[in-house]
Amino acid sequence: MTAEVLPRLMPRVSLRQTGLDQVLAGGLPQGRTTVVCGTAGSGKTILGIQFLSDGAQQGEPGVFVTFEETPDDLRRNARALGFDIADHEENGAWRFVDATFDPGAEEELVGSYDFAGLLARVEHAVRVSGATRVVIDSFGVVLTRFPDAPTVRRELHRLVTVLRDLEVTAIVTSERNDDYGPLSRHGVEEFVADNVMVLRNALDEETRRRTVEVLKLRGCDHQTGEFPLTILPDEGIVAITLEPELATTGSTSERIAFGLTELDEMCGGGMYRDSVALVSGATGTGKTLLVTEFAAGGVRRGERSLILSFEESNSQIQRNAIGWGHDFPAYIDSGNLRVVSIYPEMRSLEDHLVAIRRVIEEYQPDRLAVDSLSALERIAPARSFRSFLIGLTSFIKQKQIAALLTSTARTLMGGESSTEAHISTLTDIIVLLRYVEVGGEIRRGCTVLKLRGSTHDKRIHEFDIDGEGMHIRAPFRDVAGILAGAPRQLRDPERQVDEVTSFFDLPGSDGA
Amino acid sequence: MSTHLFRLFVAGASPRSFRAQQSLEALVAAALPDEREVIEVIDVLERPDLAEEAGVVATPLVVRERPLPTRRVVGDLSDPFRLADALGLDRPLRSISKERPT
Repeated sequence: MTAEVLPRLMPRVSLRQTGLDQVLAGGLPQGRTTVVCGTAGSGKTILGIQFLSDGAQQGEPGVFVTFEETPDDLRRNARALGFDIADHEENGAWRFVDATFDPGAEEELVGSYDFAGLLARVEHAVRVSGATRVVIDSFGVVLTRFPDAPTVRRELHRLVTVLRDLEVTAIVTSERNDDYGPLSRHGVEEFVADNVMVLRNALDEETRRRTVEVLKLRGCDHQTGEFPLTILPDEGIVAITLEPELATTGSTSERIAFGLTELDEMCGGGMYRDSVALVSGATGTGKTLLVTEFAAGGVRRGERSLILSFEESNSQIQRNAIGWGHDFPAYIDSGNLRVVSIYPEMRSLEDHLVAIRRVIEEYQPDRLAVDSLSALERIAPARSFRSFLIGLTSFIKQKQIAALLTSTARTLMGGESSTEAHISTLTDIIVLLRYVEVGGEIRRGCTVLKLRGSTHDKRIHEFDIDGEGMHIRAPFRDVAGILAGAPRQLRDPERQVDEVTSFFDLPGSDGA
Repeated sequence: MSTHLFRLFVAGASPRSFRAQQSLEALVAAALPDEREVIEVIDVLERPDLAEEAGVVATPLVVRERPLPTRRVVGDLSDPFRLADALGLDRPLRSISKERPT
């Protein structure tokens, strides 16, 4: 049961580890039935198993009424996900009502019928076990066995009434044909529609995208819209929700060094402790180097740094860092640095986000670098990527971690990446790294495009990379049009004010 | 021991329960005139444990326990011909119930 600070209209039952409590604004309405609709494979049964397992662990027994999978199948499938149903059964905290269809015991229908037998069994199971939670999985299957739809609807309605009289909190699952079509195949919700939750497993750009949506929760507050979720082994459904507030302890005015003195100067004295910086640049402009400096800068100050690399392997990063004069193996040994390399394609974006949160929770870093977001962007549809970014940045801010995210620009000379389009409003600092072609020579330029809450150097500085790392030099005085990706040398640097307008050229017009 | 045994699961003293019991008794009396104690009536409201054991979902339900294999028929058994066929009994020669449900 939830321990609420504020009194609510209706007490709730927490779905603790699923993360659904936030979507439901507290949990399932206690003593009520909630219909969970979804297509095949959307996770309805898993949610039911989690709901009862969670109750069983807290000493609240549950009854699982199954029409579809046999108790043996359910025990086996649940075990694969890390739930030990048999153990709960031994402790008297789990009871099955097996209403599956035995093909060897076909039932002929002669005349009118009701489901009093099932009702009696459910009621009996609840009374004997003292259950406070019931799962019925699933309504749809009943109708394939008993084709008389009006009768079945009437009887299922009676079942829900019985559950309410028993004062149990129940989940009833129901099939639907399409993720975005009519609510259910059989119109089952119409009469138990106090609370309806939809699980989706939609195909979006050749990727499965799981979401949960609360359609209604009568008399109760809840969040609206779809929330991404993932199904993890050992845990089951985990919904990915935003942190309830931007930051719990308020913004900090503490500034921390980037790790690169010149860049700190450009930023007016470093970045704020709880800010998110985006470094954008074409390939080879030094983004990974900046990540290295950022992490090393943290370690020098005695902070813990975490690098999540989706492009280079752990050993590549360490070797490169050594080349730039940072002894990463020693930092790692000291415990102040951790490097995690993951192939972006290893799992879905939702799984990545959950995994990243886990690593952060466990390691508790002061600094986090993600290299690069663009590598993650290519594995998921735009919608998933956007919710990933929002989920990640809100989590980082809530934890008051200084973060450096990198994004790869698609063109060499300028232009923005689509990552930037998604993330620019979510970040506090944007640093651009650009190639600049001046007099038949490729040079590198770097500028701070945006720095929330502080003044900063607006000039474009030249920088170069050598065996000792990154060196930011004087601003370009004689070149204009760098941001637009079409730099040109100015004969008379004093005239550059007139060229300012070209800074506002659309990146798309670069033609590079 | 009789060659036949039918277990009839009903839910309380509802009209549907009554009709089912009457239909089954009439059919058995006509088809198996020499057998005694062929029908066992179980009220699922009183014996939910037996309903659980038999996997009862819909009621009324008649289970032919003997002879094997078991056969199951759901409903108020209002059609004597279909009931007889489903239970493997001889069809009655004429309508066996005066109070046929409408």
